[in-house]
Amino acid sequence: MFPKGTKRKFSDSREEPVAGGEDVNQSSLAAVRMLSSYSLQRQSLLDMSLIKLQLCHMLVEPNLCRSVLIANTVRQIQEEMTQDGTWQIMTQALSAANAAAQCSADRLVATEVLCRQTEAAQGEQVPKPFPVVGSEGCPAEEVLEEEEAAAAEVGMTMSTVSPQAPTSYLPGTFGMDPCWEEEETGEDDDDDEEEDSEECGSGSEGEERERDSLVEDTRTAEQVFGTFEIKNPAPSPDPALEELFSDVDASYYDLDTVLTGMQSVPKMGPYDLLESLSSHGPSPLSSSTSCRSDLNELDHIMEIIVGS
Amino acid sequence: MAGVAGGNDFQWCFSQVKGAIDEDVAEADIISTVEFNHSGELLATGDKGGRVVIFQHEQECKNRPNLRGEYNVYSTFQSHEPEFDYLKSLEIEEKINKIRWLPQQNSAHFLLSTNDKTIKLWKIGERDKRAEGYNLKDEDGRLRDPFRITSLRVPVLMPMDLMVEASPRRVFANAHTYHINSISVNSDHQTYLSADDLRINLWHLEITDRSFNIVDIKPANMEELTEVITAAECHPNQCNVFVYSSSKGTIRLCDMRTAALCDSHTKFFEEPEDPSSRSFFSEIISSISDVKFSHSGRYMMTRDYLSVKVWDLNMENRPVETYQVHEYLRSKLCSLYENDCIFDKFECCWNGSDSAIMTGSYNNFFRMFDRNTRKDITLEASRESSKPRATLKPRKVSTGGKRKKDEISVDSLDFNKKILHTAWHPKENVIAVAATNNLYIFQDKIN
Repeated sequence: MFPKGTKRKFSDSREEPVAGGEDVNQSSLAAVRMLSSYSLQRQSLLDMSLIKLQLCHMLVEPNLCRSVLIANTVRQIQEEMTQDGTWQIMTQALSAANAAAQCSADRLVATEVLCRQTEAAQGEQVPKPFPVVGSEGCPAEEVLEEEEAAAAEVGMTMSTVSPQAPTSYLPGTFGMDPCWEEEETGEDDDDDEEEDSEECGSGSEGEERERDSLVEDTRTAEQVFGTFEIKNPAPSPDPALEELFSDVDASYYDLDTVLTGMQSVPKMGPYDLLESLSSHGPSPLSSSTSCRSDLNELDHIMEIIVGS
Repeated sequence: MAGVAGGNDFQWCFSQVKGAIDEDVAEADIISTVEFNHSGELLATGDKGGRVVIFQHEQECKNRPNLRGEYNVYSTFQSHEPEFDYLKSLEIEEKINKIRWLPQQNSAHFLLSTNDKTIKLWKIGERDKRAEGYNLKDEDGRLRDPFRITSLRVPVLMPMDLMVEASPRRVFANAHTYHINSISVNSDHQTYLSADDLRINLWHLEITDRSFNIVDIKPANMEELTEVITAAECHPNQCNVFVYSSSKGTIRLCDMRTAALCDSHTKFFEEPEDPSSRSFFSEIISSISDVKFSHSGRYMMTRDYLSVKVWDLNMENRPVETYQVHEYLRSKLCSLYENDCIFDKFECCWNGSDSAIMTGSYNNFFRMFDRNTRKDITLEASRESSKPRATLKPRKVSTGGKRKKDEISVDSLDFNKKILHTAWHPKENVIAVAATNNLYIFQDKIN
């Protein structure tokens, strides 16, 4: 379950970038060698958990209970690692390795994603509290996508880490939570699955790329994002909308449960339709039937947009 | 009612198995729920393909009084279809998560079946007569020319072959954002509750366009979500009381008389954690997968990953009984986490007299515990032991180094063969066990 080779890989990744930053590597090596097998087990569990969270089912909504339990496990591990200082050591070590852009340890991919942070954040000892405002992505790459999408910079590569990229997985983290924030987006809000699928798709794509090389992403963000049409709707709930659906569970269309603080991009497509629905005003409970006819219109429009 | 096992005069034996024998199991055929009705005459199963199959208990043969009648197919219908949520571009599975029978009030039978999003009330009725001798149409249904009718007659009811019809009477939709995990009919026979991961709604059986939200644990900021609802049930005789369990191993009992929104519980059941057995998996294995009231309403039973606990409703700080289902898995939790088996949701059930409880395990094993004698037994639902009235042999998993003959070692267990759904006849010693796509029916051997 925990082969000895694990430790070897862990050290190997540190020994590779020999050229530069040797001092950093020395201290990192020393720190790494101090890791006991318990820490390795813990690390392996952390990696496994992160991978589980990143691989989401694209067709069917992911199981919320399972995601919550995995995220709680990750949080627990991170808290423990923060307490015994392992977290900072690992973060620094991986940053050094990352800087040389040669880290190819498969097992550490997820953690790497986790720890990939800006130059500015490298020196930090204190876990950064999770930023509420700003992109809240699950893995850092998802964060990237959202920011990139929001910025509408199609040519950006996956490996570019924007200065705003929050260190989603720092301890004391709420960084795990947006994982089902994504799902929440998929469930609760009218955010399209395309966003999830891109994030998930590029999540696994991202891992593949990192396995090969950390350097330039050969795919353009456009390929990654695909037919990314539906952006995140406005964070504030539309009171007229809520009134219309008040007799149904309003949270079904509760727009404020979308990732709070998501940078919003102009709404398109069905969301325009939803807005027009809201102008119908409240009606007694034939609203469920009017919902259905409006949803049929929605289907029609979706087909046109998606071009199916 | 007889106990579980151990006594010389009580043994379980095979009765029937339903379902295909193929090695290749179609995903749609996997049974996802099993439920006896209140008399035990009908046994309903739901599968991943959205179908419901109802079996009916045949009358005992007069010339074989020792033999209970068999369960034969009574009705089959497609309850739910796969749907596509266009707004979120996600599929809605047609898998039947739960079936609950309504108490019978007339000759027809009613049941509630639910998938992730929609609950449906089905009426299963029999038709064994039809009217003949209409004035306006022929026997084959063609309309008669009114001018040719010279005399009137009164239609007569003639017997016909029994026809069982299932028709959807109500559709309760659009009330759940998250996946429905439980439905429970209230003892008032007028309302029922449905629970998803974060909310519980109360419905009236006659009203489909409105439901009352009675529990909402969704945090304002979804980042703070750490706990979800895993199961809920109405109290069997107090129509104002219900319980719901959580992924953190807690059970909350709520009284609907206290407030419209029962976010604050009346009772809170949680067993203090044993600090010596704490691990990274502690929370996951404490997550409750099923909660069931006893028929008496005095106790409730919860199933977490490794154990079944019986709680006295009057004592909140710990269960009164704890039964280990497969403690030998405790050392394998990491592997089970890796292959996701640790997230399997096992159900549990009481027998009719509340003297015994049953739950499933892996390798097609299921376990029964006698609360009075404290004896337990492990049995297997397999084709090998499927000879008519063959007595089931108790199985044992070897935990130590030495494996005795007939024992199976932990590493040989097939974790793909899991028994998640079991049901116990409300009055007799008849049990239904769902093993992937097969439904096994076992009964006690009457000596």
